[in-house]
Amino acid sequence: MADRAQIMARAQSLRAGFQAAGALAVDLPILQPAGTLLDLYGEDIRARAYVTQDPLRGEQMLRPDFTVPVVQMHMQSGASSARYTYMGEVFRKQEDDPSRASEYIQVGFELFDRDNIPRADAETFVLFAQALRDANLQAQTGDIGLLMAAVRGLQTTDRRRAALMRHIWRPRKFRALLDRFSGRTPARVRDFSAPAAPHIGLRGPDEIAQRIEWLAQDAAAAPICATDLALIERLLSISAPYDQAMRQLGDLAKDLPAIAAAVELATARGQAMQAQGVDLTQLPFATSFGRSTMEYYDGFVFGFAVMDQADWPLVASGGRYDALTRHLGQTRDIPAIGGVIRPGLLLELEGAV
Amino acid sequence: MSIKLGIPSKGRLMEKTFDWFAARGIGLRRTGSDREYAGAVDGIDGVDLVLLSAGEIPREMAAGRIHLGVTGTDLVHEKIARRDAVIKTLCPMGFGHADLILAVPTVWVDVDTLDDLDAAAAAFRARHGFRLRIATKYHRLVREYLRDNGVADYQIIDSQGATEGTVKNETAEAIADITSTGDTLRANHLKILDDGLILKSEATLFQSLTAPMDDADRAIMAQLLAKILP
Repeated sequence: MADRAQIMARAQSLRAGFQAAGALAVDLPILQPAGTLLDLYGEDIRARAYVTQDPLRGEQMLRPDFTVPVVQMHMQSGASSARYTYMGEVFRKQEDDPSRASEYIQVGFELFDRDNIPRADAETFVLFAQALRDANLQAQTGDIGLLMAAVRGLQTTDRRRAALMRHIWRPRKFRALLDRFSGRTPARVRDFSAPAAPHIGLRGPDEIAQRIEWLAQDAAAAPICATDLALIERLLSISAPYDQAMRQLGDLAKDLPAIAAAVELATARGQAMQAQGVDLTQLPFATSFGRSTMEYYDGFVFGFAVMDQADWPLVASGGRYDALTRHLGQTRDIPAIGGVIRPGLLLELEGAV
Repeated sequence: MSIKLGIPSKGRLMEKTFDWFAARGIGLRRTGSDREYAGAVDGIDGVDLVLLSAGEIPREMAAGRIHLGVTGTDLVHEKIARRDAVIKTLCPMGFGHADLILAVPTVWVDVDTLDDLDAAAAAFRARHGFRLRIATKYHRLVREYLRDNGVADYQIIDSQGATEGTVKNETAEAIADITSTGDTLRANHLKILDDGLILKSEATLFQSLTAPMDDADRAIMAQLLAKILP
C-alpha cells in the first residue's frame, strides 16, 4: 500500500491537471445530511455508507461520493456553465471483501454545460484519459441513454415503460419485467376477493383498488411484440470498438427509430473525441457497460480498469447525470458530466511502497 | 486456559439447550441465585459456561471471546459479515425453529409476491412522497434479500420488538420478522408473501474460528465434540 502522503501528493498533481484545464477547485464537507442521499440511492446506500445520528442535525453520513454535494453546491450558486475539481476522502463500508478500502482518496472533475453535450462528454473523457495516460489501464465506454431511448420508444403502455425505466440499473429485474410484459413468463392467475381481515395501515383502500385496476388493465394489454424484444436484445448485446459500435447502432436505428437521436449524440461524441486525438478503433464500447454499477448515470459512461485484473475496482470512472441535476435542482436542471480517479489505486498499480 | 461455551441466558432456548447437552452426557446448570448469570458444567473438565443474551453470542464468537456458542442461524447471518471466515456451523440442534419472513397487511389483495411489493412501493412513494417502510431488526438480511430480488423504493425502519404492531400503528407498511407458527402475524392481520421466506432459522451449535486455543484446550475441545456431535 502507498502511504497517505504519497497518495495526497498524487491527488494534488491530478487536481492541478484539472485546474489547468479550467476547473475551479472546491472543498466540501465530509459530513453530509443523510436525507438527500437516502432519497436518491434508497436503502442500498445504508449498506455502503457510514450513517450516524446527530442529536441536532438528524441522520448524517460520511460522504460516500462527491457528486451529490458538488451538484447541490452548483445548483445553489445559480451559475450555469462551470467546471469543478476536488479531492478528499470518501467512505464506503465493505461487508464482503476486507481487502477493499473503506476510506480512500478521490480526485474528481465535474462539468456543467448546457451548450454542447457531445463536446462536454469528449472534453471530460479526454481529460481523464490524459491524466491516466502513463498508467497501464484499459478504457471502457458505454451509454445508458441508448437503452433509455429504446424503452421510451417501446410500443406498450405508459405504466410498463415506467416500470422498465425504473429498473434500467437492475439488469436482472429489467429482464424479468421484459419477459413478463412480452408474455414469455405466463401471467399469474390472481384472486382479488376481499379477505376476512380489517383494513390496517397507511396504504389506503383506494390505493389497493387502483392497483387492482392497473393489474386488470395490464392483463388486458397486448404483449410487447417479439420483434421489439429482439431489437432490445440486439441493442444490449452491442460490444465493439467505438467506431464499429456506432456503425452497428446506426444500422439498428433503422429498425429501432426511437434510438436514432441517442445514436446521433453518441456518434457526435465519437467525432468530438476523435478530433481530440482519441483512437476510436481502440476504444471499447458496450451498451450494457455501467448499467449495474453506476446508478444515476443516464448518458455517456466511462471507466478505466486495470488490465487483466477483473477483481480490481475501477481506477477511474464517470458519466453523465442530467436527471440528477433535475432531481436536486428542484425546478432548475443543467446537463452535467463528471468522474473520479482513485490515486491510491494508481500508486498501488505502479508498485510504489 | 479453558474452553468457553456461550449459551442463551434465559427462557426456553436456555432450557432446551440444557436438555440437548444433558442428552449427550454433559450437564449444564445455572449456579447461585435465580438472578445471577453464572453456570457450571458437569461431565467434562475444562469447559466454562458463559451465559449471554442470544443476540450477543454471534459477536462474542466472531471476536474470539468464546469458543463455542448456541444461538439462532438468523442472528449469526444478520450480525456476522463473511461468517465462513470466523465461524463454523457444527450442528443444528432441532429446536428454536423460526422463519424470517416478509409480511404485508392481509387486505393487500393486490400484493402476493416481491414483484407486487416492488410495484406497490413505487406507487406508494409517488402517492405519499416517501418510501414504503419495512419494520425489522434484521436490517442486513432484509436489505440483501430485497436487493437480490429487485425491490426498490422501500426503507427500513428499525424495530426491536412488537414489530407486528407497527403496521396498525402506521409507523410501517410492511414487516420482516421471525415467526414460528404465524399466529402473531394472523392476529395482527398480516400475511406472508408467497416468496417472502428470507431465512429458515434454528438453534445451532457454532464454533468460533478465531478464539485462541493452546494444546490443552484443543484436547478438551476434541473430547467435548466427540461426546456431543453425532
